[in-house]
Amino acid sequence: MAMTANDIESLIKMALPDARVTIRDLAGDGEHYAAEVVSESFRGMTRVEQHKRVYDALQGKMGGALHALALQTSAPD
Amino acid sequence: MALYCDFVRATYANDQINRISVGGLAVSDIQAWIENEVKTNDVVLFMKGTPTFPQCGFSSQVVQILDYLGVDYKGVNVLENADVRQGIKEFSSWPTIPQLYVKGEFIGGCDIVREMFQQGELQPLLGEKGVATSQPQSA
Repeated sequence: MAMTANDIESLIKMALPDARVTIRDLAGDGEHYAAEVVSESFRGMTRVEQHKRVYDALQGKMGGALHALALQTSAPD
Repeated sequence: MALYCDFVRATYANDQINRISVGGLAVSDIQAWIENEVKTNDVVLFMKGTPTFPQCGFSSQVVQILDYLGVDYKGVNVLENADVRQGIKEFSSWPTIPQLYVKGEFIGGCDIVREMFQQGELQPLLGEKGVATSQPQSA
């Protein structure tokens, strides 16, 4: 039940339409990705809150279909 | 590192889950047990494996950071108890492990802890919360 980088990106963008999403497939197995998400909506949020927004966007797939997603979040400079 | 983590997961999948002292507690008791752990220990890391033998690359990274800073912490091995492994995710509304707690507050998972460490924010945070580190605070 692997996810493609496109699946991940579209789920994130559905929840955070302004987000700039960069995804790297770390292992080529559809289970290990790194994502950088930059969104204005993150401004003023703690990192934990920002990551939770992304996890929410992934609708419970994190830790399930998606085994590993290294996450880096920020508001635009 | 991630592949190693998978290997461990696969190995454990068929293993009989060991029951540690909290085994068999009801869900609400698990939550109370977790709350007590994070409140009675200054720094707690819920992880896969132990601080001396981490069994997942992500847990291992946090262990290395805490050890580097010389922080005294308690490691809770979630692989020893399926209820704790699930319960900690509900406790923090956070889907992954490791999870680091300082003075009862959830600080983050591997990515956040690493980012805070790299940006020189982790040690000051520990200092503010009154947690001793042996690494001189200059980096």
